[in-house]
Amino acid sequence: MELHEHLFRREAGRIVATLTRIFGVEHLALAEDVVQDAFCRALEVWPFRGVPENPSAWLMATAKHRALDVLRRERTARTFAPELGRLLESDEQLVTEDGIKDDQLRMMFSCCHPRLPEAAQVGLMLHILCGFSVDEVAGAFVSTHAGVEKRLTRAKQVLAESGRLFEIADAADFATRLPAVHRALYLLFNEGYHGASPESAVRAELCREALRLTALLFEYPLASTPATYALAALMCLHAARLPARLDAAGHLSVLADQDRSRWDPNLMAEGQRLLERSAAGPQLTEYHVEAAIAAVHGSAPRVQDTDWAQIVSLYDTLLTIRPSPVVALNRAIAVAQRDGPERGLEEIAAIADRGRLAERRVVERIVGELELRQGRGESARGHFRAAVGLARNSMERQFLEQRIEAC
Amino acid sequence: MSEFVYLYRSTDAASRAAMGSPEQMQKSMQTWMAWMKQLADKGHIKNPGHPLERAGKLVKGKQRTITDGPYAESKDIIGGYTLIEANDLAQAVELSMGCPILEGGGLVEVRPVLKTGM
Repeated sequence: MELHEHLFRREAGRIVATLTRIFGVEHLALAEDVVQDAFCRALEVWPFRGVPENPSAWLMATAKHRALDVLRRERTARTFAPELGRLLESDEQLVTEDGIKDDQLRMMFSCCHPRLPEAAQVGLMLHILCGFSVDEVAGAFVSTHAGVEKRLTRAKQVLAESGRLFEIADAADFATRLPAVHRALYLLFNEGYHGASPESAVRAELCREALRLTALLFEYPLASTPATYALAALMCLHAARLPARLDAAGHLSVLADQDRSRWDPNLMAEGQRLLERSAAGPQLTEYHVEAAIAAVHGSAPRVQDTDWAQIVSLYDTLLTIRPSPVVALNRAIAVAQRDGPERGLEEIAAIADRGRLAERRVVERIVGELELRQGRGESARGHFRAAVGLARNSMERQFLEQRIEAC
Repeated sequence: MSEFVYLYRSTDAASRAAMGSPEQMQKSMQTWMAWMKQLADKGHIKNPGHPLERAGKLVKGKQRTITDGPYAESKDIIGGYTLIEANDLAQAVELSMGCPILEGGGLVEVRPVLKTGM
């Protein structure tokens, strides 16, 4: 029997979420330890005896028994007497698929604790629910092992101190916490899509994990809001373009240059369907607008078919919902496409916070691009060079070197 | 064809260290299963054998002293065994070279089964 891809990673999230519900959030570390033990056990047994018929149930049961052993040995059984009793009585309660889904949702909402900074919420989700090790989280966020470990330790402490997991049955609390969950999922997806680490399987995996966790929200009526549909639409419409982000030679390819026949038509269609469903209700979120922009790109068979006027107007809307220099920059790029490079350059020059723009490497590249299109090769080269100095990885650097050669 | 036993030995620390993240553990698992399958497909596995519990007892000497073991006595704990069929010791050794335990700092002990004959 073949192992399901990422089985252990998925199971780690499911088991930790379930055991934390049973033993209490203050025993998160115990849950993490026994998951590791259960995996070791599998590694000892499965090569000899084969993969069990239901590997998920095997791992869950093994981890649960291990946790009970540890608690008994620590003589804390008395504290857990009611839970222990219930557990020993009934196994089914622990392993129903619906129950495990509830546990994951509960954990997802718990990770988005208001006392945690957004970066910590995302890291925690990735670590606890997606089974990413500290090193893997560090790799995904281009951070150090020590930095991530510190952030996660502090975040788990906040979680443990909160005393209990988030209560998903309370409709009012649920609605209050949901935007933070959306935001964390959005950031997780964006880290995969626009993150600093070189294009790799890991980056695509972050996008996939964000999609998977977002899909979980649809299992719950309270979570299936128009904003959730918009967020999922935005993810699908972007993820559809992932296969074209590297060209045949393995080099970065920007939206305008992508081979659109390599876009995933199924994800594109799914994104469109979700976007239509998101239109129910009066609420217009940033996710709606971003998804709509991605849909406009997605519906253009060639870059010159793009409806730039519509994209500019969508960015105008986005600027009113979530004003930021990055949004203004993207709007300026669309203006350049609609009205010509000179107008785009004016728009970029007019961005108030341009100097402080964290995305200065993008600005330099875009200005270089527009200058080149205006036939000012010398100036373009200068901007591309500045962008090279700000490149976040070798792929970006290589891409910019090629642009310099084109000047 | 002759029979051989593979004894998989590793220290507790080494096997722990080789575990890593869930994704790495899954990779180890896949490597193990691929190796076993490859041996089986070529008809070398007489019996896949069993994994052994780490904890056990040592019964020793005329006094029949019972201690927890085998930790005190041996650095490398036997984690399991497999019964192999191969032409000769050289081939059995050659076949053991792909064992994933070697990547994790463990070792494979290859021992011919002594045929008593009738």
